[in-house]
Amino acid sequence: MRLALRIILAAGLAVGLTGAVSAQEIDTHARAPKHVEYKFEGPFGKYDRAALQRGYQVYKEVCAACHSLKQIAFRNLMDHGGPEFSEAQARALAAAAKVPAGPNDKGETHNDSGEVLTRSAVLADYFPAPFPNEEAARTANAGALPPDLSLMVKARHHGAAYVYSLLTSYGEKPPAGFAVAKGKYYNPYFAGWNIGMPQPVTNNGVSYSDGTKASIEQQAHDVVTFLAWAAEPKMEQRKQMGFAVLIFLLAFAGVLGLVYKKVKGEYALK
Amino acid sequence: MGAVAAGAVVWPLIQQMNPSAAALALATTETDIGAIQPGQQVIIKHRGQPLFVRRRTPEEIKSAQAVDVAALPDGLARNAGKDAALPASDANRTIKAEWLVVSGVCTHLGCTPTVSTPSAPEGEYGGWLCHCHGSAYDTSGRIRKGPAPENLHVPVYSFMSDTRIKVG
Amino acid sequence: MSGPSTYNPKSGIEKWLDQRLPLPRFMHDTILTFPTPRNLNFWYTFGGILTFCLGVQIITGIVLAMHYVANAGLAFDSVEKIMRDVNYGWLIRYVHANGASMFFLAVYIHMFRGIYYGSYKAPREIIWILGVLIYLLMTATAFFGYVLPWGQMSFWGATVITNLFSAIPVIGPGIATWLWGDFAVGDATLNRFFSLHYLLPFIIAGVVGLHIWALHVPGNNNPLGIDVKSPQDTVPFHPYYTVKDAFVLVLFIIVFAGFVFFEPEFFGSPDNNIPANPLVTPPDIVPEWYLLPFYAMLRSVPDKLLGVLVMGAAIVSLAVLPWTDTSRVRSNRFRPTMKWFFWFFVVACVTLGYCGSQPVDATIAGIPAVWIARLASLYYFAFIYPIMFFVGLFETPKPLPASIAQSVLGDKPAAAE
Repeated sequence: MRLALRIILAAGLAVGLTGAVSAQEIDTHARAPKHVEYKFEGPFGKYDRAALQRGYQVYKEVCAACHSLKQIAFRNLMDHGGPEFSEAQARALAAAAKVPAGPNDKGETHNDSGEVLTRSAVLADYFPAPFPNEEAARTANAGALPPDLSLMVKARHHGAAYVYSLLTSYGEKPPAGFAVAKGKYYNPYFAGWNIGMPQPVTNNGVSYSDGTKASIEQQAHDVVTFLAWAAEPKMEQRKQMGFAVLIFLLAFAGVLGLVYKKVKGEYALK
Repeated sequence: MGAVAAGAVVWPLIQQMNPSAAALALATTETDIGAIQPGQQVIIKHRGQPLFVRRRTPEEIKSAQAVDVAALPDGLARNAGKDAALPASDANRTIKAEWLVVSGVCTHLGCTPTVSTPSAPEGEYGGWLCHCHGSAYDTSGRIRKGPAPENLHVPVYSFMSDTRIKVG
Repeated sequence: MSGPSTYNPKSGIEKWLDQRLPLPRFMHDTILTFPTPRNLNFWYTFGGILTFCLGVQIITGIVLAMHYVANAGLAFDSVEKIMRDVNYGWLIRYVHANGASMFFLAVYIHMFRGIYYGSYKAPREIIWILGVLIYLLMTATAFFGYVLPWGQMSFWGATVITNLFSAIPVIGPGIATWLWGDFAVGDATLNRFFSLHYLLPFIIAGVVGLHIWALHVPGNNNPLGIDVKSPQDTVPFHPYYTVKDAFVLVLFIIVFAGFVFFEPEFFGSPDNNIPANPLVTPPDIVPEWYLLPFYAMLRSVPDKLLGVLVMGAAIVSLAVLPWTDTSRVRSNRFRPTMKWFFWFFVVACVTLGYCGSQPVDATIAGIPAVWIARLASLYYFAFIYPIMFFVGLFETPKPLPASIAQSVLGDKPAAAE
C-alpha cells in the first residue's frame, strides 16, 4: 500500500515536473512588435492633432487611474506641435483635476481624517500622480508597479509599435504548455509573457467627443500618438529646424566646394 | 620636510573621496527581530536595498540542511562575512539556524523574489520564487532552478542580542 | 619646419601688440603661413574637425551645466527639463550627446589615418603619444558624461565598470569604495563624476595644445610618408588648407546635423530613458558604441582581473607603435604587405565593436561571439607587436618618389610661389 502510494506520488511529481520543465523550455522572449506606421514617424512626420486630443482623453479616462505622467503639465496641452488645446480648454481640463494643496494658512497639509488637502489644478501644475509613493502603487496593483508613461515610447525599442502591440493583444490565447502566472495576464509582446496589467483598453470603453468610433485599435493608436508626444514634445520643431539647417549646410558646402576647387588650382597644383 | 608638507596637503584631498560620515552612518542597519514568528519573514531596507530576515520553522531548517551541496547550481556560500571559497552548506550561510538573513535582490536581474510560506507556497523549494523570470530559491536562499546564477547573497551581520541584529 | 617668423606688422595696433603679446604673430605663423606639404588628402582634415568637436562639446557642455543638477534624486528630471522647458534645450542636449559620438567617429578616423601613413614614426613619436593620452582622456570624459543623465544604462554602466576595480587583489575593494564615495554607485559617485566631466575637457584642450605644438616642430607628415625637401614641396596653410578644412568640416556637420535633427537617439540606448533603479538590472548592459571594442576585449577574458589588464594594455599599447614598427618606410602606400595587415586590423576593431554590442552568450553564424572576440583581440595585439616588428624587417617596400613636389606637380618646373 505504502509502496503503491509512493509510486503514484513519484509519477505525479514526474508528470508535474516535466510539465513545468516543458513550460520553462518555451522561449518567452517578447514577440517583435506589430508593424504599425504612425504619421509622426519619418523625417516629415507630424503629430495628428485630433489623435493627440483623443489620446489625451484615453490617457485621462483609462490610464491615469494607475499610471502617472509626471513630465507633462497642463500648460503643455496648449503647446505648438502638441495637442494644441485652446487656453480655455486647457484651463478647464486643469480645473477638473485635483492636486495636493500646499500648507494652508494654519500650516496644515492634511485634514482631520488624515487625507491630503487638495485644490483644483492650474496650467502650471504637472499632471497629478494616482498614488503618493511606490508602496501605495504596488499595494493597489497586486505588488506590481505601474510605470510612469512620460518617456515610455522612448524607453523601449520601437516604442510606439511596442505600446500599440501591448494594448491590442489581450485577446490572444496563450499557447499550449504555457501556464499564466497567478495574478498576471497573458501578453506575448511583454518579456516573459506575464504582464501585471489587466486589459486596459476595451471596445467603446471611451466615448470620443469628436464622435470617432472608439475601437480598441483606435484607442490604442490615439493613446500611442499622445504618449509619443509626451515623450518628445519638441519633435515637430526639431524636424522643421533640421530641414532649414540641412538646406543651408548643403548650399554652404556647395559654395565651399567651388572655392576649394579654385584655391586648389591656384596654390596646390602650381 | 618638503615631502612631509606635500603629503600633508595631498592626504585630505585623497581622503575626502572616501565615504563621508553621512554615508558611513547609513552603512549599518539595526533591526528588532523579536516579533517575527516562525515561518515569517520581514523585509528591511539596508543601504537602499531589500534584505530578507526570515525566522525558519524546524521543517525549513531540516530541508535546508539536508540538501546535497555538491548538486547545487551554485556551490558557493556567497556569505560576505566568511571566506569566499566556502561551500554553500546551510551552516555557512547562517549564524543561528533559526534565522536566515539574505539579500532580497535576485541574482539574475535584481527583482525582489516572493517568499514562500506553508499557506502560500511559491516555487518548489519552499524558499522564494522570483516572479520576473522564474528563479526558485530554497529555504537557505540558494538558487535551485531558473536563470539566476548565484545564491542569494548573505550580508555581514551579527546578533546584538537575541532580539536585535545589526547588518553591515 | 618651424623656421623664422615671416610676420611683418603693418598697422600701429599690430606693432603695439607685437611688442607686448605677439598673438597676431603667433596666429600668422601657425595658421596663415605655416608651410604644409601640398599633397595632404581629405583624411588630413580630421585634426581640424576634432578641434571643432572639442569646442562644440565644451560650449554645449557649459550651457547644459547651467541647467543640469548633479543629484541622484534630481538629475534625470533636470535633463528632462532641459529637453522640454529650457529654450532650445532639446537642441543643445542633442548636439552634446551626438557630438560625443561624432567626436569619437572623427578620432578613430584620425588615429587610423596616423597608423596608415606612419605618422607615429620618428620624429613624430611625441605627437603620437600625446594623441594616445588625449584619446584616454576622451574615453574617461565620455564615461563620466554618460553617467550624468542617471538613467538605467548610466547607473548600471557605472556599476559594472567601477566594479572592475574591485578585481585588483588586496586593495581592489578599497579602491572601489574610494571611487564610489559610498558602498555602491550612488549620489556621491554622481557628484564627483560631474566634477571630473567638467574638468577633463580642459585638460584635453591643454594636451591638444601640446599636440599641435609638437606637430609644428617637424611639420605635418603626408600620404607619401617622405620628408619635405624644399619649399616647392609645401604651400602656406592659408588659403588652401583653411578652405579645404572648412569644406570637409561642413560635410562633417551635415552628417552631424542629420543625426541631431532626424535620428537623435540613434547612438543611445532606450534603457537610458528609464530613471536609474538600483533594484532593477536591465537585461543587457551595454556601453556607448565607441567603447564597445574594449568592452568586447574585457568580456573575452574569463578572469575579471586579467580582463581589466588586457583592456588597459590595449590602449596603452598604442603608445609603443613608434618603437615596435621596424620599417624605414612610413606610408602604407609603399608597404604592400603591411597594407593588408592594416586593413585586417581595421576589420578586427570593427568586429570587436560588434561583439561588444551583443549579449554575452550570443552567437554569430553559429560561433559564440566570445570566441570571435578572442580571435579579434589576439589579432589586435599581434598587429601592434609581432606584425609591426617582423613585417618591417622582411617587407620589400615599393620605390619612393623623389619628392612631394615631383609627385604632385610632375616634372614641370615649379611656378614661383
